[in-house]
Amino acid sequence: MNPFQYTRSLAAAGAIQSVLKEPHAHFLAGGTNLIDLIKMGVVTPERLVDINPLPLKGIEKTATGLRLGALATNSEVADHPLVLQGYPLLSLAINAGASPQLRNMATVGGNMMQRTRCNYFFDTAMPCNKRSPGSGCGALEGINRMHAIFGASPACIAVNPSDMNVAMVALDAVVHVKGPKGERKIPFADFHRLPGDHPEKDNTLERGELIMAVDLPAPAFSQHVAYLKIRDRTSYAFALVSVAAALKMDGNMITDARLAMGGVAHKPWRLHAAETFLKGKTPGDDTFKQAAQIAMQGAKAYRYNQFKLTMAPNAILQALKTASA
Amino acid sequence: MKQDKIGDPLDRVDGRLKVTGGAKYSGEYKVPGLTYGVLVPATITNGTVTAMDTRAALRAPGVLAVITPFNAPPVPGYQPGAAKPVKGLKLFNDNQVHFNGQPIALVVAETFERATYAATLIKTTYQPQPFETDFHKNFDKGVVPNEGKYKDYVRGEADAYKNAPVVVEQDYMLPSEMHNPMELHVTTAFWDGDDKVTLYTKSQGVVGSQRAISTAFGLDPANVQIHSRFVGGAFGSSLRTWPHEVAAVQAAKLVKRPVKLTLTREQMFTLVGYRPLTIQRIGLGASTDGKLVGITHESHSQTAVYEEFTENAVNVSRFLYASPNANTRYKVVPLNVGVPAPMRGPGEATGSFALESALDELSYKLGIDPIELRLRNYTYTDPERNLPWSSKYLKECYQQGAERIGWDKRSAQPGTQRDGEWLIGYGIGCGAFGAYRSKTSAKIKLLPDGTVNIQSATSDIGPGTATSMTLIAADTLGIPADKITFQLGDSSYPIAPTQGGSQTVSSVGSAVHDACVALKQKLNTLAGLSPDTTAPIDYAGILTKHNLPMLELTQDSQAGDDAKNYSMYSFSAHFAQVYVHPLTGQVRVKKLVAVVDGGKIVNLKTASSQMIGGAVGGIGMVLTEEAVFDDHFGRYVNGNFADYHVPVNADIPDIEAIFIDKPDPIINPVGTKGLGEISLIGVAAAVANAVYNASGKRIRELPITPDKILMA
Repeated sequence: MNPFQYTRSLAAAGAIQSVLKEPHAHFLAGGTNLIDLIKMGVVTPERLVDINPLPLKGIEKTATGLRLGALATNSEVADHPLVLQGYPLLSLAINAGASPQLRNMATVGGNMMQRTRCNYFFDTAMPCNKRSPGSGCGALEGINRMHAIFGASPACIAVNPSDMNVAMVALDAVVHVKGPKGERKIPFADFHRLPGDHPEKDNTLERGELIMAVDLPAPAFSQHVAYLKIRDRTSYAFALVSVAAALKMDGNMITDARLAMGGVAHKPWRLHAAETFLKGKTPGDDTFKQAAQIAMQGAKAYRYNQFKLTMAPNAILQALKTASA
Repeated sequence: MKQDKIGDPLDRVDGRLKVTGGAKYSGEYKVPGLTYGVLVPATITNGTVTAMDTRAALRAPGVLAVITPFNAPPVPGYQPGAAKPVKGLKLFNDNQVHFNGQPIALVVAETFERATYAATLIKTTYQPQPFETDFHKNFDKGVVPNEGKYKDYVRGEADAYKNAPVVVEQDYMLPSEMHNPMELHVTTAFWDGDDKVTLYTKSQGVVGSQRAISTAFGLDPANVQIHSRFVGGAFGSSLRTWPHEVAAVQAAKLVKRPVKLTLTREQMFTLVGYRPLTIQRIGLGASTDGKLVGITHESHSQTAVYEEFTENAVNVSRFLYASPNANTRYKVVPLNVGVPAPMRGPGEATGSFALESALDELSYKLGIDPIELRLRNYTYTDPERNLPWSSKYLKECYQQGAERIGWDKRSAQPGTQRDGEWLIGYGIGCGAFGAYRSKTSAKIKLLPDGTVNIQSATSDIGPGTATSMTLIAADTLGIPADKITFQLGDSSYPIAPTQGGSQTVSSVGSAVHDACVALKQKLNTLAGLSPDTTAPIDYAGILTKHNLPMLELTQDSQAGDDAKNYSMYSFSAHFAQVYVHPLTGQVRVKKLVAVVDGGKIVNLKTASSQMIGGAVGGIGMVLTEEAVFDDHFGRYVNGNFADYHVPVNADIPDIEAIFIDKPDPIINPVGTKGLGEISLIGVAAAVANAVYNASGKRIRELPITPDKILMA
C-alpha cells in the first residue's frame, strides 16, 4: 500500500472536485474491492475521496420505475420489497454474488466499478495490460480458465466479475452520472466497455464522473425469471458462466425475453439476437437450444476455457427452462 | 456426583475459552517492546539475487532493520561444519533463489503496517536462470527418492495384473492442495541475553520446535522455550519448524527486541508446504469372479529442488486387499517450487483416491457390486508384512455404512436414478492409516483440594486433545472430569510426540493413563491398600492424613515390541450420496457417512467433530481445492481465499460419523487407534465414485469441477 490522501466529501460537487485534484484519485464507497486492490499494490491511489456521507442511499419509486441510489448497499437492494416485487431478477443476481458480509458493504455504484478478478491483474509480479498498460497479457497464454469467450482483444481477455451487472443490463437499467461537465445518462449496456486497445478502461465514465443512481424502467419481468450461476463451489465463488433470463409470457407464448450472460466478456453480455428469436415462440427445449446456439455465435475460447463453449449454451438452456417453468 | 467415563460425549474443556475469544493464539501475545517482521518474496523462479537497494526501506518511518542475504547475521546451524546442520531452505544464508516467492529479505519495523510498506521499497536486482516448474513436462525426470535408495515393493510378481482376465489400468491426478488453516502461521520470538530464547509459535509439536530452534542457534534445548497453547488449524503445515520461524529468531537477536512475524495468506501458499501434485497409475487385474490377482501402484509427485519430500502414496495398495501379486513404484520430480509437507492423511489420502477409484472401475467391468468386490478381496492378515492385524473391523464398517447411506437404493447402472433434473449416485471409498504410538511422558499432580493437574508437551491443533486427555484421566482415576486440568503446548512439560500421524490419543493418552495408574498406586499404598486396588479412594483425604502438600510424579509410557508382531491400522469406509446436474455440471454431495474402526473412542463428541472435519477436507479435495500454478512465471495464480476454493457451508451435506468403537487389544492400554487421518482418507474416492454412479462420468483428475463433468 502506498501513502495517499484521504478526503471525506459531504456533497457530490465537492467529491468530484476532490477527485480531479490528482490523476490517480478514486472515489471510495463500500471499499470491498478497492481496498483489497490498494493493499495488493494493484491500485496505487494518490487520493481516496470517501463519498459515503453523500445522500445517495435511497431506493425510491420514480414516475416510471425505480431509482437505486449509488450508495444503496447490495443487501438493501436485494432485499427491498419493490425490487423483490418488480425486479426479482436483480435480487437473485445480487444474492448470487459474494457473501452476506460483502453485500452488506458493497454498493450499487461500487459493484459497477468492481475490477476484474483476472489473476494476472491481481499479481503485480506478472504482466497485465489492464493494470500496467503495455506490459502484456499474462492470461492470453496463461491460466485463462475464468476468461472471456466474447469480445476479447489480444490486449486483454479478462471478464467483468459482477453478478448484479448481468441483471442490470438485462433489465435495461440506465446509469445517472455527474461530472465536471454536468450530468448525463448512460444506458447500462454502454456503461462497461470491451477491452480493445485500452483494457485499462473498464467503462465509459469520464474523468471525475461520479455514479449518482441507477434507474430501472417500469417492472416488466416480475414473474418468469432465473439467474443461474455456475461456479466452482456452491457459494462465494466467481462465475464460470452465469445467465440472467427473464420472460414475459402470454399463456404459453413468449412475448418478450431478456437474456444476458456473466463470466464471458469484459462487460455484462446482453444476448439481443437470442431474445429476438425467442419472441413469439413456445417454451421448450428445442426452442431454448436454438436460442442458445444463436447466443453463442462469435464465441472464441482459449486454452483453458474451452469448456465455456459447452457450459454457456447449457446454462442458457437451463436458465430458460427454470424461468419458463 | 457423575463419574465421567471414556467414551462419553464430553464438551470441550476449552470450548468456552475458544468461543469467547479467551483462548490466546500465538499471534495474540503482546510482548513488551514488540516489533514486526515482514518477509520480502522473490519474484523470479530460479537464479540469484545480485543486489538489493534497501536504502529507501531503511529510511522509511519506523524501520529498525532489513535483513538480506548480504547482511544477515549468521545462523550457527546454517554454517558449513555445524555440529547439527539445519536441513532445507536456509533463508538469507546465500543469494540463491530456488522458487518464486522464496523470501529474500526481512523488514523489521515498529508496526506491521510500516514493515509492510517498507518491504515494497526494496529494489532487487536478479540474475535469473531458466527454471522448471511444469510437472507434466518434467514427468520423465522423476527420480527414485533418497538418492535412489528408496526401495520399490514387490510381492509375488511385478505387474502381474497385466495378464489377468479382467484388467483396469488408469492414471489419476491430484493437484497441489494447500493446508490453508484459518490461522495464519505466526511466530513471536524474543531473547533473554545471548543464550535464551522464547517463541510463541504455531506448532504441532513444541518439543520438535524446541529441538529445531536449539539446533539452528546452537543453544541448549533447555534454553529454548516454545509456547503453542492454541492452534487455529494446521493439517500438517506446522509439523516442522519452517525457515521463517528461524528468521524471526534471527531478527529478534539482531534488533534486540521481540519480533512477531506473520505470514500473509499468499505466503501460506509457498512457505509452509502443501499436498504435492501427484499422478498415479493403478493397474488392477482380477479373475472374472472378482478375485484380485495383481495390484500395481505407481506414483510421481512433485518436490523441491532444494529439499526432497516423500510420502506414502503407494503404500495402501500393499496391504488393503488380498492379492498374491502386488508391487509399487514411487518417484519424485524435483522442481523450482517450495517444498511440500504432509497434509492430513498424507500420501494415504492421495493413494486411496487412486486405488479406490480403480477398484470402483473394476467393479463395473466385472458387474460386481463395489462392496461385494471389496468383501471378495478382504484380508484377515496383513499381506504386506505377513502378520496378524492388532484389530480390524473393516467388514463391519462396510455393513453399517451401507445401511446408513441406503446402499440398497443404489442402481448398478450409472445415470439411471433421478430426482427431477438431478442424477443420483452412490459411492464408497475406503481408507487405512497406521496406528502409531510414540514414547510420551506426563506429569501428574494431586492437590490438597482433590483436583488433579496433568502436563504433557503435546499440542491441540483442533481435535480436542485436552478434553480427551481429561476424560482418560477422569475414568482412570475415578474422579469427575471437572476436577482435572490438562495442560499442553509448552516445551517445559514432559516430552510428547508432535501432533501428527493420528497418534496423539494413542501416545499421550497412554502416558496420561499410566500416570494416573501410578498416582493411584502410590495413594493406595499410602492408604495401606494393595497398590492395584480399584475401589474408590478419598484422594484429598489421603494427602491430609499424611500431611502432604501435594503428590506429584512423572510417568514415561511407551509401546513394547508388539509392533513387530502385529500390523496396526485404523480403517475407514466412507459412503457418499451425490447429485449431479447433467446440464450445468454441478455436483452436490447430499449425504456422507463415515464409518470408522479407530479402536476405542475416547470422547464421542470431539471424535465425531474430528470425523466431520476430515470429511469436509475430503469434500474440498474431491470437489473444490486446487492450487493453480502458472508455469510461464512460476507463480501460483490463486493464492488467496477468494480463488483457492475451500468448501463453504453450502457445499457440505449432512455428515454422519459412526464408530465401531471396539478397543484394540494390543496397541495401548485404552485401545485407541487414531482418527485424524482416516477421517479424510477415502472420502475423495467415495464422492468421485458416486459421481460416476450418478452420471456415468469417470473423473480421474481432481477436483471435480463443473467443467470437467461437462467435458467428460
